[in-house]
Amino acid sequence: MLLFIIAMNVLLFGITRDITGQSRLTVPADAGVTTVAGLKQWLGMHYPAFKQLQSLAIAVDNDYASDEDTIGPEQEIALIPPVSGG
Amino acid sequence: MLIRLVEHIDLNEAFAYLNSPTAGAVNFFIGTVRNQTKGKEVLHLDFEAYDAMALTQMEKLANIAMHKWPLVGVAVIHATGAKQPGTPVVLIGVSSAHREASFEACRFLIDELKKSVPIWKKEYFEDNSVWVNAHP
Repeated sequence: MLLFIIAMNVLLFGITRDITGQSRLTVPADAGVTTVAGLKQWLGMHYPAFKQLQSLAIAVDNDYASDEDTIGPEQEIALIPPVSGG
Repeated sequence: MLIRLVEHIDLNEAFAYLNSPTAGAVNFFIGTVRNQTKGKEVLHLDFEAYDAMALTQMEKLANIAMHKWPLVGVAVIHATGAKQPGTPVVLIGVSSAHREASFEACRFLIDELKKSVPIWKKEYFEDNSVWVNAHP
């Protein structure tokens, strides 16, 4: 079996951009992140400031995702800090 | 349905879209920039959106409202970019045969938009700036 291991891009908005100083993050392929829960764990390890936020949701392909959802580099993944539109 | 992210909200365009011979009621909610937060003067606000997801979620809410109430038309429009106090930043417009449905749907749409649509507001004060709701 041929296995392609590709890094995963994560889009950032609002305060998560200010915290990282970037508009996207790259989760390295060898981080072993395959679920939303796994991504949250990885983020907590690398960006402890995210833990101070009121909440931090993950969106996959323009919809809110649950912890058990699987994710991969082919999907559009984004961090959604507390929204404040309206 | 009129679902949009825009630089400037055009009230007349929304009314022209919603007005219909079958609708006896057109209901609007317009959210504007307040000039102070907790007694502190707000100089301006900056709205940032995750465009693709915001439009998807706004459309989803409009569809839920269309199923929940007998509506003729729905408009959900949000502005992005820098906005001065007094400027309209969000418009919910609903038309229906009778007023009850449009009042209820209008309230539902603005309440849900504020909970789930990925748009963020940064308040600029004299001495600092703050992403609203970001921290507990």
